[in-house]
Amino acid sequence: MRSTRRSGFVPDPLLSIRDLTVDFATEDGVVHAVQGVTYDVYPGETLGIVGESGSGKSVSMLAVLGLIPQPPGKIVRGDASFKGRNLMQMPNDELRQLRGGEMAMIFQDPMTSLNPVLAVGFQISEAIIAHNSDVGAEKARERGIELLDLVGVPNPDQRYDQFPHEFSGGMRQRAMIAMAIANSPSMLIADEPTTALDVTIQAQIIEVLKAAQRETQAATILITHDLGLVAELADRVVVMYAGRVVESGDVYTIFANPRHPYTVGLMESLPGLTVGDESLQPIPGQPPSLISLPPGCAFHPRCSLSNGRPRCRTEVPELHETGHPEHWSACHFLAELEGYKSKLVTEAIG
Amino acid sequence: MSDHSLETDLAPAGTVAVVGASAPLGEIQTEEAQKSSFYESGLEVEVRSQWTYARRRFFRHRLAVASLVVLTVILLAGAFASWVAPYPYDGIDLDAAGTAPTLSGGHIFGTDLLGRDYFSRVIYGIRTTERVAFLVAILAVVIGTGIGMVAGYYGRWVDNGLMRITDLVLTLPGLAVLLTAAAFLGKGSPYRVAVILALLFWTTLARLVRGQFLSLREKEYVDAAKAAGAGDLRIMFRHMLPNSLGPIIVFGTLILGIAILTEAALSFLGFGIQPPTPALGKLIADGQDVSQSMWWLVLCPGLTIVLIVLCVNFVGDGLRDALDPTQRIRA
Repeated sequence: MRSTRRSGFVPDPLLSIRDLTVDFATEDGVVHAVQGVTYDVYPGETLGIVGESGSGKSVSMLAVLGLIPQPPGKIVRGDASFKGRNLMQMPNDELRQLRGGEMAMIFQDPMTSLNPVLAVGFQISEAIIAHNSDVGAEKARERGIELLDLVGVPNPDQRYDQFPHEFSGGMRQRAMIAMAIANSPSMLIADEPTTALDVTIQAQIIEVLKAAQRETQAATILITHDLGLVAELADRVVVMYAGRVVESGDVYTIFANPRHPYTVGLMESLPGLTVGDESLQPIPGQPPSLISLPPGCAFHPRCSLSNGRPRCRTEVPELHETGHPEHWSACHFLAELEGYKSKLVTEAIG
Repeated sequence: MSDHSLETDLAPAGTVAVVGASAPLGEIQTEEAQKSSFYESGLEVEVRSQWTYARRRFFRHRLAVASLVVLTVILLAGAFASWVAPYPYDGIDLDAAGTAPTLSGGHIFGTDLLGRDYFSRVIYGIRTTERVAFLVAILAVVIGTGIGMVAGYYGRWVDNGLMRITDLVLTLPGLAVLLTAAAFLGKGSPYRVAVILALLFWTTLARLVRGQFLSLREKEYVDAAKAAGAGDLRIMFRHMLPNSLGPIIVFGTLILGIAILTEAALSFLGFGIQPPTPALGKLIADGQDVSQSMWWLVLCPGLTIVLIVLCVNFVGDGLRDALDPTQRIRA
């Protein structure tokens, strides 16, 4: 689902995150999970947040929802506002009303995200009642069954009274989506919604997600490390590495002309459609420890572009505009990637 | 209680097959067709909660079921003592004093030195004892669960404070405190005894529930509930408490047994229930002076206590097996 957002007319962002920085105090030291992350989410669009495990994708969203356990977590600085309301200064009660109401989240693992002792339908209706005290049990049940039907759970009126262990993984994720859209949120956060599922089920869940988006018209933040999923669903992409945004831009631009060596590395490490002799090109090395990050650009030890240039080791790169509208990259030498064409595109063109 | 094991443990093959049959659906649009075939296939899915399985497992435990039956009979007899007992507990009949247990006459447990029907006195004793025991169990479970929930859910200094208090109560020498308390508060009222016992017995459960809540707090469905906007109370009572009910129920049952024994000991020592109200411990104490010649005065209430506590413990065992999904043997 592509939104109609084009340069020229830019609506007010639904969610805007500015310079968000989150630390976690651990026994080994302070983990800098998110460092100065800034991005906007516009109404109705789908934003893909891409990055490997530990890159701060989920933590930045949890911080927005006020779900970072403090301590050990700490929001060091930064702001997030939702529909113009500052989330960081919001009283807990108000934030709670937003959670599951205007802002809803779909969790990664449907196996563990449903309470095993409560009937699935009850958990959906509970989400409705928690936000609308005037809705009676009868009405909530009706709506719950409606929602189960909407997300494609067969036999919803019987399924409603069943327990999570009687649902398959895909069905549970459907139920989780039903729960998330129960209160017609204007922002839907999907945290790796397909990671815990079989490939065949993944495709179905993507369809359900699209249907949920159509139904609620919600802006969707898709947290994932699956570039395929991003290409399929997202309008815009934010690439994160070691707690920072390294590249952001329109999905077409990012896929056609990535301007950060990390994004390039991600694309190179994807298997192509054509069966060739060439093996996959992994990004060398390991993701850095978030306790002691490499100085300068956190990606430089693994970077194919750096070539030991001192600037990479000394200076943390800011996000620079690449020349494409709304396309930003945090690389000192992004100009050198100008001519790069990702193999995905070359493949598609032929 | 691990929900994962629960799931793999409990989901019967039939249910899984039904889910599987409906799973490979493509687009939502095509599901209408799939749905109708689902209905036609006649595969109705029976709703089975965790409790259904627990009940099944419990009823497979023969000793527990038998104990439950015996216990129910004894407890009901106690509860309806005024209907069940053939004589009033203080009905003195000096002509029949010291009758040995006999099946032919009206005194199947015999009579005591004042000729009071001992069967009736034992039944009234059960009534007193079970009232005290239930009160103790309920109070201890409420206090222990409450403190454990708060400590485990909020953690940090709340947890620290409450657990130190728990440790403190745990170090108190039970009998000494009971005797002192009884001396200070005055002896007699069964309810006062019950409250004192409950104030000593909640500690183990508080620790148990705290542990449960500490681990449940990290569960993803608790995060999910938070993300759905649930408040602290809703999460504690709706999402976490039901997940800890197993150990709470089992512990409540065991407390029942301990309370009966302790109350009997207290009454035996003369610090518990005061005459003329019969209590099982008191009956033994009264009977022991003449136990050489009138053995039934000790044996009858003594065996009753043993029987009750044994049954309570067997039922507790059965419940523990039934409510613990990791115990597969009986599943």
